[in-house]
Parts: sequence; structure tokens; C-alpha cells
Amino acid sequence: MPPYAGPPVASRQGDAASPLRLLAYLALAITLIVLDDQAGWLSRLRAQANVLVQPVWALAGLPGRLGTQVKDNAASHGQLVTENRELRNQLLIANARLTRLQTAALDNAQLRELLNVAERSGLDVQLAPILDIDLDPVRQRLVLAAGTRDGVHVGQAVIDAGGLMGQVIATTGNSATVLLLTDPDHAVPVTVARNGVRLIVYGRGDTLELRDIPLSAGVEVGDEIVTSGLGGRFPAGFPVGSITALRPDDTHAFLVGELKPAAQLDRGRDVLLLRPGEAIRIPPNLRRDASEAGEPADREPAAHERTQPDASATNPAAGGASDLIPAPSARPLEQQGGSPPAGTPVVPAAGRQPQPSQPQVPQR
Amino acid sequence: MSRLRDKPWVLPVSLVVALLLGLLPLPALLQPLRPYWLALVLAYWVIETPDRVGLGIAFASGVIADLLYGGVLGEQALRLVILTFILQRFRARIRFFPMSQQILAIGGLLFNDRIVSAVVHIVVGEPTLPWSYWWAPLLGMALWPLVFVLLDALRFGRRGR
Repeated sequence: MPPYAGPPVASRQGDAASPLRLLAYLALAITLIVLDDQAGWLSRLRAQANVLVQPVWALAGLPGRLGTQVKDNAASHGQLVTENRELRNQLLIANARLTRLQTAALDNAQLRELLNVAERSGLDVQLAPILDIDLDPVRQRLVLAAGTRDGVHVGQAVIDAGGLMGQVIATTGNSATVLLLTDPDHAVPVTVARNGVRLIVYGRGDTLELRDIPLSAGVEVGDEIVTSGLGGRFPAGFPVGSITALRPDDTHAFLVGELKPAAQLDRGRDVLLLRPGEAIRIPPNLRRDASEAGEPADREPAAHERTQPDASATNPAAGGASDLIPAPSARPLEQQGGSPPAGTPVVPAAGRQPQPSQPQVPQR
Repeated sequence: MSRLRDKPWVLPVSLVVALLLGLLPLPALLQPLRPYWLALVLAYWVIETPDRVGLGIAFASGVIADLLYGGVLGEQALRLVILTFILQRFRARIRFFPMSQQILAIGGLLFNDRIVSAVVHIVVGEPTLPWSYWWAPLLGMALWPLVFVLLDALRFGRRGR
């Protein structure tokens, strides 16, 4: 090498861009992808890593939280007054409905006892704030700013005021990841509220899809779909969505339906987590009445007995947990009296539908 | 890059900020246009200080990003390693390009990155992103001069180079 050539600078660059190193890193990355896809031991490692990631999530959620704070502070007095009035009216209506539903729930419990049906366990809800960050847009996920320290555990159903949102799939100390209904890995066992046909709703990224509807099932556009409670992951009777379109599938033997989710999946501030609560108890004096006289007791005492949820409803900030009655499913049944009675149509669907044991959690 | 005193903290801080910007909530309409901040920042460092930032850092930051964004583990690592390798190969030329050509080169890289990501999704069996997400490289191109000038200013102090 001539002396004027100077030190060999270029060779260093050549080293840095050597294809061997590239191949090594590519192999490493592909190994990671494959391992993650198979969801073996890596999932445990991932759970550990999520604990480390959590403070970064909190940091990234900060601008969103600040934004809402600023919005709250900037709201004018007039806006607040009107909003307050609206909310108060809504609370009044909701309370009136609640008392009516309580009598219905009590009646239901009594009738169940008369029929010797197993007691349905009650449900409690817990309020959890959403951490405002955008995760990978391919996967429909949500991060909650509440974790195991607040009693959140994997498998809990997540709802909002409209209906079912999804389920908790991972938790750390103070954050939890929710798999939304619309995730392609998610499926929910449901029934058509109008006639009790059992089906499965699959996520499709942005919308929901109802597959393998028998042509004879009599499912129509506009039907309300509620959870069926099969599989045990989701409690029965929560609205999932309503059918917006029906089309025949490739075999022309079944229909495929598109669903509009009942819950507001894109963004809110808080969600509700379901957890088992105490069952609706029949007060002892009513029980004696019912067994002696053989007819359902009058409604007056029933409304009196359960005033506790009312108290918690009037100041929702306290506690955060209140009684919840899974009654919304009952409403469409009552309204559509003209269609075939609720009991019979369950039979044809039962043999044909695959019975999902669990909603598919992302492992293929 | 020897005589100019640059600040060592700028590199890690810029990578962390890029990771956070990727998580920042955007309105649903803008979400598809979210530029790939991590790739932009990494590209700057690969072009400017190739002896400090190479495939190793690209891989590590990619894995961290995958953990943060909850995607397929290793996907972004793969994308960033490919991007870094191409940049290292053409660094000597890209470095002396005028800004307009640099922008085009970065746009090409980001577009290629989209293709790699789509391939990974198809192979793994995940759904691919909607077509609106393919506009994001354009925004990334537009932001490149900004990132470049900002990082340069941070690195060498207020007076510029």
C-alpha cells in the first residue's frame, strides 16, 4: 500500500455492513418471530418484559391524560351546567329503570326457585380507566391503567355502557391488556336475542362477523345479538351488537352476517370490568309467602328490600362497584312477542353449532 | 465527527422519544399516517455516526418497540435491521446527497419497510394493515429534514455545525 493512501478507512465501513452480520441478525429476528408465533415459553418471557415496559406506557399515556385535564379545565361554566343537568336527568331515568329491573330480577329469582333451577351467580362491576396509548394497529388491544393490585385478573370480561367490549388477556402490577371483540383472534359464543339461535361471533379487525348461520334459523338484519354464556368466559345476556347485513357464504348452505358492535370500541375514558358478586337473594319472608301461598309475592316489598344498589347509584364515585343485573337480554324478548316463543327454536340450532369451549385467546 | 464535540446523551434520548412518539394517541383519522419515528431517528444515527449505531442497536431497539407496541415479537427488529443494512451499504452516497435526494432515498426505505412488514404479516398469518397505512412513508419523507436538522442542532449545540 502506498504511504500516501492513509489509514484504511473504508475497510471499517465494509465490516459494519458485512452481509454475515446481517444474516446473523436476520436469523435472530426470524427466530423471535417464529417463537412468538408458536407462543411457547416466549409468552412467559413476554409477561416478564411487560413489567419493564409498563412505566414507558405510563409515560406515553401522560399526554393523553394531560389533554383530558386541559379539556376539563377549559370547559366553560355554561357547558358544565348543561352537562350536569343532562347527567342528572339520565340518572333519574336510569334509577327508575333500575327499580323496575330489580323487581323483575327478584321475580326471576323466585320463579327459578320454584322451578328448582340452579341459582345464577350475581355480578359486580369495577371501574377501570383506559390508558390512552395507541398499540400496534393490526391487533385490537386496549391498555387499562389498573392491574393486579386493583384486583384485575386474566379472563375478566370487559364491558361499557353499550355492551361487551372484550376480555383481559394480560396483567401486570398496575396495568392490564384487553383483547377487544374485534381482534381477529377473538370469538364469542352468542345467541340471537329474538329467537335464541346459538352462534359464534368472530372479530374481523374493525367489525364483527357472524359465521355459519343456518338458513333455517330465521336470523334477520337488525337482530340483537347477546352473549350466550356458553364456555363460561362471558356471562350470559350482554349485548354484543346488531346485525347490519347478511349474505350467503361460499357454500351457499349458511349465511354470514356483519355486526355493528354494541359497545364503543374505539375510545372512551373508562371501562367496566365484570367480576363475580353475590347472587340475588330472596328475602326470607317472601320465600315463605311463595311456598305457602303458591303464587308470586306482590311487588311492594320487593322494591323496598333492595335499596342498597340505589344508594350506590346515587353517588357513583364511592366504591366504584355496584350491583349489576344482566337484564338487557330480557328486553328484546319481551318486545318481539309476535315471533315464535323463546323456548322452541333453541332445539334446531343445538345440534348443528360447534360449541365453543373458550373464546380463542391468541395462540394458534 | 471527531473534532466537533457532540453530546453522548442525545442518542439514547432520541431513541426513547421516538419510541414514545410511536405510542402517542392520535385521532382515528390521523392514525394511518403515523410516521415511523424510530426508523427516521435510527436512519439519522446510522448515516451520521456509523461507528456507534449499527445492526446491534437497530435490532435491540426493534425488540423493545415490539414489546412496547404489542405486535409480533421480532417484526420491527427485522424491519429495522433491514433498513439499517441498506443504509450502511449506501451511506457514503446518501450522506452527500442534497436534501431533496435524501428525502427520496428515505421515502424509498420507508416504503420498502412497509413491504417487509406486510410480508411478515402474511407469513405469520396476521391480517395486513389497510391500504391507507401506505401513505405513512410520505409523511415520514416530509418529516425527514425536520428530524435531521433537529438532531443535528441537539448534537452540536445551538450554533449548528
